[in-house]
Amino acid sequence: MARLAEALRAAIGAIRAHLLRAALTVLGMVIGVAAVIAVVALLQGFGQSITQQFRNLGANGLVITAYLPQKAALEGKTARITPDDLLAIRQRVAGVRDVVPLLPLAQFSAEVRYGNRSSNTSVSGTTSGFPRNGARYPVQGRFVVAGDDTTRRPVAVIGQTLIKDLHLPARPEGHFIQLFGAWFKVVGVLNKVGTLVGLIDRDNLIYIPYTTAVSLSGTQTAPNIVIQLDVDNTRAIKPVEARITAVLRRQHHLLPGAEDDFKIQSAAELTKALTRALDSASLILGAIVGISLLVGGVGIMNVMLVSVTERTREIGIHKSLGATRADILLQFLLEAVLLSLLGGLVGLALGYGIGKLVVHLVPAFAGAIVPGWTIALSLGFTAAVGLVFGITPAAKAAALDPIEALRYE
Amino acid sequence: MSAAPATDAAPLLELRGIGKRYRMGETDVDALRGVDLAIARNEYVAFIGPSGSGKTTLMNIVGCLDRPSSGSYLLNGQRVADLDDNALARIRNREIGFVFQNFNLLGRADALHNVMQPLVYRGVKLRERRQLAAAALADVGLGDRLDHRPNQLSGGQRQRVAIARALVGKPSILLADEPTGNLDSTTAREIMAMFAALHRSGNTIILVTHDAEVAAHAERTVAIRDGQVISDTRRMAEEAAHGAAG
Ligand SMILES: Nc1ncnc2c1ncn2[C@@H]1O[C@H](COP(=O)(O)OP(=O)(O)OP(=O)(O)O)[C@@H](O)[C@H]1O
Ligand SMILES: [Mg+2]
Repeated sequence: MARLAEALRAAIGAIRAHLLRAALTVLGMVIGVAAVIAVVALLQGFGQSITQQFRNLGANGLVITAYLPQKAALEGKTARITPDDLLAIRQRVAGVRDVVPLLPLAQFSAEVRYGNRSSNTSVSGTTSGFPRNGARYPVQGRFVVAGDDTTRRPVAVIGQTLIKDLHLPARPEGHFIQLFGAWFKVVGVLNKVGTLVGLIDRDNLIYIPYTTAVSLSGTQTAPNIVIQLDVDNTRAIKPVEARITAVLRRQHHLLPGAEDDFKIQSAAELTKALTRALDSASLILGAIVGISLLVGGVGIMNVMLVSVTERTREIGIHKSLGATRADILLQFLLEAVLLSLLGGLVGLALGYGIGKLVVHLVPAFAGAIVPGWTIALSLGFTAAVGLVFGITPAAKAAALDPIEALRYE
Repeated sequence: MSAAPATDAAPLLELRGIGKRYRMGETDVDALRGVDLAIARNEYVAFIGPSGSGKTTLMNIVGCLDRPSSGSYLLNGQRVADLDDNALARIRNREIGFVFQNFNLLGRADALHNVMQPLVYRGVKLRERRQLAAAALADVGLGDRLDHRPNQLSGGQRQRVAIARALVGKPSILLADEPTGNLDSTTAREIMAMFAALHRSGNTIILVTHDAEVAAHAERTVAIRDGQVISDTRRMAEEAAHGAAG
C-alpha cells in the first residue's frame, strides 16, 4: 500500500535527519542486545564444545556405569560394574557390538616416571575397540591391540602432554616408563585433543591394556569398570537397554522392587539433556540481560516524545493536507520501531563481535555460536519494545488538533 | 466524496449562524458570532476585515480544519458536524486546497515532495504522484525548482509551491489566507494574476486579506468585523477583471 510505503519512507527520513540523536538514543538498546548476544553466543559455543565430547560416543553408543541410589548407600551397600558383568553382557545381550570396558585406575594421581623425571597422570585400562568414532587415534605407533589384552602386556599408549612433561624423545615408541612400580613400553602416542574449557588437560593420560589394568587393580575386590557399547540398530536402543538391565539385575542379585545399582546412558540422551540445559541457561541469562532493553525502550520513548513536540507544526501541516490519525500514528510508530530495530541490529553485530573476541582471547571458549532463535528473539523483542514504547508518543502525535498544531510556535 | 451534485439551487458551501467561542481563562472570546454565508461553485470571494476580526477562524472552519462552536455548516450538501475526524481529513485531502499565510511547507522535503504529500493521503501511486506534482509545479512556473527545499527558495517561490500543493489534488475549493502578506508588490501581483487565471479555469477561490486592493481582485467581497459579516458585495465580471488588471 502506498500509504504504508510512504510512512516507512518518512520514518527513515526523520531518523536520517537526526542521525546523531538516533545513534545516542539507541545506544542503550545496542548495549542490551550486544550483551544478550555475546552471553548466548559464548554459552552456546561452550555447549557445542562439550557436546562434541559426547558425540564421540556415537549416536548408537550406550555407557554403563555403576550408580548407587542414595537409599542403598545409606544401607552400606556398594555398587560396581565388574569384569563379570562385561562377560555377561557380551554373552547374553544380542544386537550389540564393540562391548568395550574402560577401567579407570587413577585420575591425575598416578605417578609416572621416565629417567629422573616424574609426573602425575590419569591411567585407564581398555581394549582395542575403545577409541571410538575416530575421536582418539594414535598419531605415532599403535593403540592397544587384542594381543596386548590376551597376554596382559605391559604396554602404554600415551597422550602428548607426557612427552613434554617427562622429556620423552619426540618419537617415544620403544622407550620404557615406570607406572605403579612396573615398567611399561610406550607403543603409541595419541592425537592431541586439547583442553576441556581450559581447565582439564585431555592430553595428559595413559591407556594400558584392560587385562593389565585388572591385574594392577588388586585382587581383593573386583574392579569397578565402565562399559561402552554400540547398539546395531538405533531403533533397538530401548529393547537393548531393557535386556542389559535384566542381565545386570540378575548379575547383581537385585530383588524385584530394588532400584538398579547401575545407569545406562545413551550418547544421544546425554547430548540432548546437555543441550536443553544450556538452552534454558541461555534463555534465562538472555532474559535477565534483556531487561536492560526496557531501559533502551524508555530512552526511545523519551526521544520520540521530544520529537513529537518538535514536529508539532509538521504534524499540523500533514493533517491540513489530509493525513488521518492513523497515518500519523503509523508514521511515528514505524519510526520508533525502526529506531529500536536499528539498535537491535547494531547490537547483534556488536555482540557477535564481542563473542568472537572473547573466544580469541580466552582459550576456554571453543567458539561463539549465535543460534537463529536468539537473532529472531532479540530482533522480535527490540521491535516489540519499539512498538510498546512508541505507542504513547505516536498516539500523542495522532491526537493533536490540526489547528492547534499549526499554530504551535 | 458522497456529496450531492451541486446545482444552482444547492450552493457549494452554506454556513448558518456559525459561532466560534474560545475560552481564555475566566473570559470567553467570541471569534465568530452568527455568520451566515453561502458560496457557489466557481465563485471568487474575498474575506476582508481588520486584524482580529475572525477571518482566519472562518477560513479554518470552511476548510474543515476547525469545528464551529455553534451553527451549521453544509459542504456539498453534507452536514460537517456529523462527520468524524477521518471524514474531515478526507474532505481536507480531496475537497480543500489550503494556501497558508506563512506557507507551511515541510522544511525537510523538496518542492516536489511537498507537492506530492497530499496525494500520499489519497493513496496515489508513487510514479503518478511524481508526475502530477511535477505538472502542478510547472503550472506555477517552478518546473525547474523541483529539488529545491523551502529554504532554498524565495518567498514568492515558496508561495507558489504552496499554491501548487493546494491545487495538485484538484480540490473543490482553494482557500488562501493572506497569500500576498509576505510578498513584495511585484510577486504579489504575479500571485494574484495566477489566482485570476485559476478562477477563469473553473476553480472556487476564497481569499482572506485585510488589504482592500487585494480584495478588489475578487468578484465578491465579504467584509467581517468583530466576528460578524457586515457587508457582502458582488461586482460585475468586467469590474472584477478591471480590478485584477489595476
Ligand atoms: N486559539 C485561540 N484562543 C483564543 N482566542 C483566539 C484563538 N484563535 C483566535 N482567537 C481570537 O479570535 C479572534 C479572531 O482571530 P482570527 O485569527 O480569526 O483573526 P483574523 O481576522 O484572521 O486576524 P488577522 O488579520 O490578524 O490574521 C481574535 O480576537 C483572536 O484573539
Ligand atoms: Mg488571520
